[in-house]
Amino acid sequence: MSTNSPEKYSRKDFTSDQEVRWCPGCGDYAILAAVQRTLPSLGSTPENTVFISGIGCSSRFPYYMNTYGFHTIHGRAPAVATGVKLANPELDVWVITGDGDGLSIGGNHLLHVLRRNIDLQVMLFNNQIYGLTKGQYSPTSQVGQVTPSSPLGSIDQPVVPTRFALGAGATFVARAFDISKKLPEALTAAREHEGAAFIEILQNCPVFNDGVFDLVTDRKTGPAYQLWLEHGQPMMFGANGEKGLRFNAKTLSLDVVTIGEDGVTEQDIIIHDETNHQLAWMLTDLPDVVALGVLYRNRGPVYNESVETQRELAEERFGGPDLHALLRQGHTWTVT
Amino acid sequence: MKTTAAARVEPSPRETLDSVVIRFAGDSGDGMQLTGSQFTTATADAGNDLATFPDFPAEIRAPAGTTYGVSGYQIQFASHDVLTPGDTPDVLVAMNPAALKVNSEVLKPGGLLVVNTGAFSTNNLKKAGYDSNPLEDGSMDRFRILSLDINKMTLDAVKDVGLGAKESNRCKNMWTLGLMYWLFGRERDQTVAWLKHKFAKNPKVAEANIAALNAGHIYGENAELPHGIHAYEVPAAHLTPGEYRNVSGNEATAWGLVTGAQLAGLKMMYGSYPITPASSLLHQLARLKHFGVTTFQAEDEIAAVAAAVGASFSGSVGVTGTSGPGIALKSEAIGLAIAAELPLVIINVQRGGPSTGLPTKTEQSDLFQAVVGRNGDAPLVVLAAATPGDCYYMAIEAVRMAVKYMTPVILLTDGYLANSAEPWPLPDLDALQPFPVQFHRDPEGFHPFLRDEQTHARVWAVPGTPGLEHRIGGLEKDRTTGHISYDPHNHHRMTKIRHQKVAGIARDIERAKVDQGEGEGDLLVVGWGSTYGAISQAVEVLRERGHDVSHLHLRNIWPLPEGLGDLLRSFNSVLVPELNFGQLTMLLRAEFLVPAESLTRVTGQPFRVAGLVEAVEERLQRSAE
Repeated sequence: MSTNSPEKYSRKDFTSDQEVRWCPGCGDYAILAAVQRTLPSLGSTPENTVFISGIGCSSRFPYYMNTYGFHTIHGRAPAVATGVKLANPELDVWVITGDGDGLSIGGNHLLHVLRRNIDLQVMLFNNQIYGLTKGQYSPTSQVGQVTPSSPLGSIDQPVVPTRFALGAGATFVARAFDISKKLPEALTAAREHEGAAFIEILQNCPVFNDGVFDLVTDRKTGPAYQLWLEHGQPMMFGANGEKGLRFNAKTLSLDVVTIGEDGVTEQDIIIHDETNHQLAWMLTDLPDVVALGVLYRNRGPVYNESVETQRELAEERFGGPDLHALLRQGHTWTVT
Repeated sequence: MKTTAAARVEPSPRETLDSVVIRFAGDSGDGMQLTGSQFTTATADAGNDLATFPDFPAEIRAPAGTTYGVSGYQIQFASHDVLTPGDTPDVLVAMNPAALKVNSEVLKPGGLLVVNTGAFSTNNLKKAGYDSNPLEDGSMDRFRILSLDINKMTLDAVKDVGLGAKESNRCKNMWTLGLMYWLFGRERDQTVAWLKHKFAKNPKVAEANIAALNAGHIYGENAELPHGIHAYEVPAAHLTPGEYRNVSGNEATAWGLVTGAQLAGLKMMYGSYPITPASSLLHQLARLKHFGVTTFQAEDEIAAVAAAVGASFSGSVGVTGTSGPGIALKSEAIGLAIAAELPLVIINVQRGGPSTGLPTKTEQSDLFQAVVGRNGDAPLVVLAAATPGDCYYMAIEAVRMAVKYMTPVILLTDGYLANSAEPWPLPDLDALQPFPVQFHRDPEGFHPFLRDEQTHARVWAVPGTPGLEHRIGGLEKDRTTGHISYDPHNHHRMTKIRHQKVAGIARDIERAKVDQGEGEGDLLVVGWGSTYGAISQAVEVLRERGHDVSHLHLRNIWPLPEGLGDLLRSFNSVLVPELNFGQLTMLLRAEFLVPAESLTRVTGQPFRVAGLVEAVEERLQRSAE
């Protein structure tokens, strides 16, 4: 395989021989297919690609990729991935996690991998439920959701994953959904970003939370609820592209408006600037519409590059690894 | 102080002594650790053998003058071999009433008490819990007292430098050190050079400290000291010729890890979260980036070990260091490294437990945690260092075993080893055997759980290698394909393989042998870890007294060395002194069905030689009856 040039790889080269064992109809199938299709086009090679996951349905993902893979422990994938990347920065590292794995038990590690801006991709499959443990509410479940562990409805306030990522200082925040044709585009943008790239993928769990994103993902209803963001373009959406976002200076928020109504024109619709952190923050949680695509993208110091810079600095200052000198630093004496 | 009779006839102005134990004690902010370590360096220069014991509170700067803010540094130095920092001080330097209060009980009757009366204000006496001044009410009459207003003499000595009152007063530890240098005939040059270097950016502070150091020394030369107090001399010890340095356990561990990685031909990743008393490992290693060391100060203990596991997956030596509470948090990730069969070195600088326990005090109570403290049948290798210098060799051994057997290795040290210093003959680097790692590269017939027939170690195939793409993880794997397997027989066999792999390492370590005494007899004292020095000296005393006692010290806790059971059964009885409530004792009884008895002490302090001698004699007495 090493002699192959990268463009010769196909989806097949990234597909392992393991039988996929997710439930029929699980959104994970579509995500897996999108990743397997996208990687060859990114110049990735199976030997230099590593998928690292925690625990949960989504975390079985690495077994189905014909790349290097490490199915680790609950919530810790970002930390394991950090070690993998620091030990070999040449590797293309992908973290696969879910709403429970990444935002509940592993929330701390997700926070820190994002703020450090380690050059890797984090794909968070958000199905708003614990699937592998049979249907308890998750940290992204809506208030009132009835589950075996919340028979009278969940009383937890849900976390907004993209908001969490922005708050953590992520330099790349995107959102997509499992069956979207534009998922490969989001994956490509994430992969091209230098630093930690966070992608929330809305994912349907047909067994324990079926249809939770239907309004957004359904072919019929979807267009009215999907706002696909494009840098430098007005933020328009709707079945006929008739709606858009207008900045409300009084409330410091974004209003959904319809062009042609109340004197609204295209001029009123604000332009997406993916480098604007404040704008991205407002886009994380809009009323009546879900912002998709790249919410935020900016350059920041990349942790693993800083590690290399410091290593070079140390080598410049102290020279090579001289154990003999190391053991003699400070005071020594000779007994005769 | 042991006096050499022969030396008394010499018409020397200095009395010659065999060995001396000094304890420096003062407020946390008085600089006692620096004073002690400077005295240690000067003493090493004078050719004595020595051992030290820093003993400080968990509070960084406890309120000044309080007993719980007292910081101490004890050193034993001698013209013969020294294995412990000494049971009871011959000399106590007390910089304030609280230091006297905390330490006067341990000073030998007739011992020398150097006391800074400048700090004996009514307020300080009250804070220390004294109703009256102990220097005046006769309660210290059993000591030889050198009462000095060190505060005032320091201010006098440094006033020409022109520092403020606060900074001037801070020089009092150097004044005291100067006096102690004179009392014991130590040279000042090294400390002067050190001060100049330390305060290179602040030459006035350096100047003041040097002035104070010299003034203390001059005071000793000129003052008419009270009756019974004079200068001493401790002749050089007959150390094996060679190049020496002082080394603390954490320094030696850090250098051993680096050396191990070099011998393996690999880069090293040290993931750690700050914790007492392990943090200085992180500090040491952070300065060694040019040795291919990456240090990662993680967000927590779990991330620290997880990153190390990830680094090992990527082909580095993954190392994490912590203390007991941190190991508790790392347990699941250590289990992952066991299941995925990846190399991982875990340093546990043990401290008093359970829970937060005694962060700055020493204990050996994590043996169970190390050997069995994980979910599932999860065997790994456990090593224990015996002395500060031994930490170097055991850290190398930990790396060697981890990469050779694809297994996690826990190296147990403790707070006492971590901070204590001893003169250390520098290792002959050329004599260290390299163990270069060969990553698996051949795609032919590859699966990730291919094993070496001899060692049972699985192949190490690192990401980036074409044709070896594979997936590992915490789920049980099929032993013939490496794929997930729920097959009952496979799980039984994989569990057995993991067990056999670690058990088999017993063939790769030295057979059990006694360190002192015969291989059979009345009583075998079995120790492990940092109690080596105290047990060794106690057994020496016991043997001098004619008791049939031998000493065996374990550095391999799991697997235990071959031949240990036979050796244990060659003695009428087995006694296991431990700074815990009998953990090794239980392990030995379980493994060998021998009636090993426990000698426990959990005070946060190392064993005292006299205490051990007494306890063993009591034990011998009982069996004689």
